[in-house]
Amino acid sequence: MYEIIVIGGGASGLAAAISAKKANKKVLLIEREHSLGGILNQCIHNGFGLEVFKEEYTGPEYAYKYIEEFNDLNIDYLTDTTAMNLVKRDNIYTVSVSSVKNGLLDYECEAIIISSGCYERTRGQIIMPGDRPNGVITAGSAQRYLNINGYLVGKRVFILGSGDIGLIMARRMHLEGAEVLGVAEIMPYSNGLTRNIVQCLNDFEIPLYLSHTVTNVISDEFKRLKSIVIQAVDENFNPIEGTQKAFDVDTLLLSIGLIPDITLLDDLSVEVDPKTKSAKINQAYETSVEGLFICGNSLQVHDLVDNVSKESERAGRCAAMYLDKVIKTRKKINIVPKKNILFVTPQFIDFGWEFTDLIVSFRANKKIEKALLKISQNEKVIFQKRLFFVVPAEMETVSFPYKDLDKESDLVIELEEL
Amino acid sequence: MSKEFICIVCPRGCHIHVDKDMNITGNQCKRGIDYVRTEMTAPKRTLTTTVRTIFEDIPRVSVKTDKPIAKELIYQAMKEINEVLVKKRLRIGDVIIPEILDTDVNIVITKSMELEGYQ
Repeated sequence: MYEIIVIGGGASGLAAAISAKKANKKVLLIEREHSLGGILNQCIHNGFGLEVFKEEYTGPEYAYKYIEEFNDLNIDYLTDTTAMNLVKRDNIYTVSVSSVKNGLLDYECEAIIISSGCYERTRGQIIMPGDRPNGVITAGSAQRYLNINGYLVGKRVFILGSGDIGLIMARRMHLEGAEVLGVAEIMPYSNGLTRNIVQCLNDFEIPLYLSHTVTNVISDEFKRLKSIVIQAVDENFNPIEGTQKAFDVDTLLLSIGLIPDITLLDDLSVEVDPKTKSAKINQAYETSVEGLFICGNSLQVHDLVDNVSKESERAGRCAAMYLDKVIKTRKKINIVPKKNILFVTPQFIDFGWEFTDLIVSFRANKKIEKALLKISQNEKVIFQKRLFFVVPAEMETVSFPYKDLDKESDLVIELEEL
Repeated sequence: MSKEFICIVCPRGCHIHVDKDMNITGNQCKRGIDYVRTEMTAPKRTLTTTVRTIFEDIPRVSVKTDKPIAKELIYQAMKEINEVLVKKRLRIGDVIIPEILDTDVNIVITKSMELEGYQ
């Protein structure tokens, strides 16, 4: 029997498995793809590792660093193997896995780390009028086809949504000879990092249409995409008549958001945060189900892989600590997001876990140039910090000592505009 | 003629203006000046792309310039890189095109084609 099973072998699962193994635990990692490394393998652009390694790596190089360490530690793992089901009985977890090679198998363990990443929002999850032709595809799928399999999915491309993957793909497809006609973003600001707007769009004169969305999709007689229409929207996101622009394209890439993949948790009664669309956690990355840990993009969608690695390394250590000691109390308080906060993790503090510092991650729900972050309890400020250029596209993380908290009342987190 | 740049040195993203007399305004720190000077004189970028291989299990392998290359050479570099066909299993850092287009920039592999658990 294993002590800890890690679900997913991307940036998050690798870091979590490594730190759990370093804490002398018997660890098994389960990966559904043929290779370890996860989404990093298709992210061939550079900009990874500036925080963790103080160097700029491409995605595959960043993954390689962790895979080497993972192999050196002789951690057990299964590839081409999908975790199908997860149940907990008498404090023992059973993971049912499926693979072509070995069929259906069950593995038991005492603690689980979910690091299954996220999936892309598709056309079905937004309102987009028009036909339903071939040629409408998510940006990440197009990235995989191009960078792993070597297929360019189209020659004349438009991109809906200014998420980073969409911006990266605009540059990538342009350099491979496709004509990228523009990027439309429904919000008045971009959802991607500024450096990607400059390096991926401005460098190649690809126009960005802010406060615009796709309002018609037109198919040809072979059910292939023929053209799209974009339109400006007002402050309520309603299309403005007379602003229509048509583009003849064979491909529409969607870069409209990512959602944590927690389908494996369906059979466990895990409390879910509607804001993060993932499990609620305490300060040890433990969900409302004891011994079930979650980290990386399956906990909250990150902007930088470095933060995924750091978070998952901590989650791996916490899972190991869970096995080392019996947690007596399970006294909890909530961390409540208030003014200008889109979401916060952890969502609660569990006083059974004792750390010196509390690490809190959050996103603002709007762009604020100068902000004061305030974390308080019973109207008394426990921690505050001035922040500059807070934007929804960039997750913020702060850490502070928290030993003198009142164990009866909730914490409140808010952002004041200065 | 004046020009505007968005600085990419940090997430602040200052809008920096340069007028015809090379007066730089709008930057909130000194690094913005350095960024704009490089952008005005010899802008460079790291280029990342893929090359074909003969292997069925890994039909494309990712590559990059080992240092930033002049922006105006990017299209020519892409053309040359797309001619390459990799015929043996290479490791991270292996050079596939030395000194591309007579620059001091090498094109190197960014993915190990041999490491266990990693293809």
